Amino acid sequence: MTPAAPLIRAQGLHKRFDGQVVLRGVDLDVMPGEVLAIVGRSGAGKSVLLKNLIGLSQPDSGAVLVAGEDLHRARGRRLSRLRERFGMLFQGGALFDSLSVADNVAFPLREKTRQSHGQIAEVVTEVLKSVGLQGMDDKFPAELSGGMRKRAALARALAHRPEIMLFDEPTTGLDPIMVRAIHRLIADTQQRFQYTAVVVSHEVPGIFEIASRVAMLHEGALLEVATPDAFQASANPVVQQFIAGRLEGPLTPT
Amino acid sequence: MMLGVLTQLGSVTLTRLAALGRAAFFVGQVLGLVVVPPIKGRLIVQQMHFIGVRSVLVIALTGTFAGMVLGLQGFHVLTRFGSEALLGQFVSLTLITELGPVFSALMVTARAGSAITAQIGIMRITEQLDAMTVMALNPLRYVAVPNVVAGTLVMPLLGAMFSVIGIWGGYVAGVLILGVNRGTYFGGIADVVDLQDVTNGVYKSLCFGLVVLLVCCFKGYHAGYGAEGVSKATTEAVVISAVLILVLDYVLNTVLL
Repeated sequence: MTPAAPLIRAQGLHKRFDGQVVLRGVDLDVMPGEVLAIVGRSGAGKSVLLKNLIGLSQPDSGAVLVAGEDLHRARGRRLSRLRERFGMLFQGGALFDSLSVADNVAFPLREKTRQSHGQIAEVVTEVLKSVGLQGMDDKFPAELSGGMRKRAALARALAHRPEIMLFDEPTTGLDPIMVRAIHRLIADTQQRFQYTAVVVSHEVPGIFEIASRVAMLHEGALLEVATPDAFQASANPVVQQFIAGRLEGPLTPT
Repeated sequence: MMLGVLTQLGSVTLTRLAALGRAAFFVGQVLGLVVVPPIKGRLIVQQMHFIGVRSVLVIALTGTFAGMVLGLQGFHVLTRFGSEALLGQFVSLTLITELGPVFSALMVTARAGSAITAQIGIMRITEQLDAMTVMALNPLRYVAVPNVVAGTLVMPLLGAMFSVIGIWGGYVAGVLILGVNRGTYFGGIADVVDLQDVTNGVYKSLCFGLVVLLVCCFKGYHAGYGAEGVSKATTEAVVISAVLILVLDYVLNTVLL
């Protein structure tokens, strides 16, 4: 049996900002149906890598292939079609503050599809229910708590049934119970909507519960990519220090 | 030493050229999207309300007092030459061809332009614009095009409103307070203002509306990081718009007159 082709393949990604190297040759395969967690210290380049995977940031060199198509070379309709395969949950949610929760969720459907008002309303109700926000349709983002805002943003990202979901630190700024709830939500919605997920996270070891594989980004390069068990058993002192959160070791707090 | 200066100069030149290129690209994209469907009619109407209707009060206030100042100053200057009968002509021509378009554009910049820059800037730093990009939508179509179209359309109306209110302000100062004959004041206006003066004012307002909204949207769209980035973008948008209004006014005067 031939192994499945990767859904996303990053090849030799290099990126620098104002002379500072952020990514130095990242090669990464994301397999269909998996939940890949990208962990690493703050400033390791995790969010930049994620933004490169969806084309919000252009690499200085290297390529991102989505189902074999080069994302960064695609233009116009081709780029649109590739992007439509993605959904993304931003760090702060990135909900449109001038729109209600229901209008936020309906926005991509109204703008990108020819569905009727009735059909869109049905989808909105369904996805809001799946993230536990039923009855919150008329609330505005400013009226929601941090966790609810993340849920609403997840509902919006899921509305068009993306094949790939990118999560940029989905649990930053939330209490431990809410962190676990969001992790559970990612696992549940992944089961339900069958998407492939890339989750950038600081939550160690919490993220291991939902990840199929864990990739650690360190100083702009991938240090280790393994299943959560193998990752936790890694002999690499940097990985071990990071998991344990120790001050002593090769990593220095800066 | 010499090499350092040259490197500095080169780096400044490159930064400026890159910024200019970005601005040109932005203008090209926005103007292209104005004519390429789908046109967001509802957003355009919404922004016409925001830029136009909600500026009426400030336009009325500034128009009234600009007109009264013109009436007062004009009266004192014209009296020296025994020509106070020309007050109506003086006030109306100044307002219709110059002060109406220029002041209304400055007021719109201060009231609506700054708000638009801040709003788009906040959307930028809170990743709302990126969220649109991820949805395979062009954010410019939602945040820049409606503002630019609405601003260009309402600016001539606000300019005309400013001029008309200003003429009444001049009437209050010149006729009601200083005692110029009412018939002389209005008769003079009808004699001297011709259609070309009015259309020149309209052309100016159209240009100011386009330029101000392009500048304000551009600055917000490319706002830097954090609260400081948005505040800097807003200040720059207002200053650049105000300078461009006056420069453009001179250029248009040389072309139109």
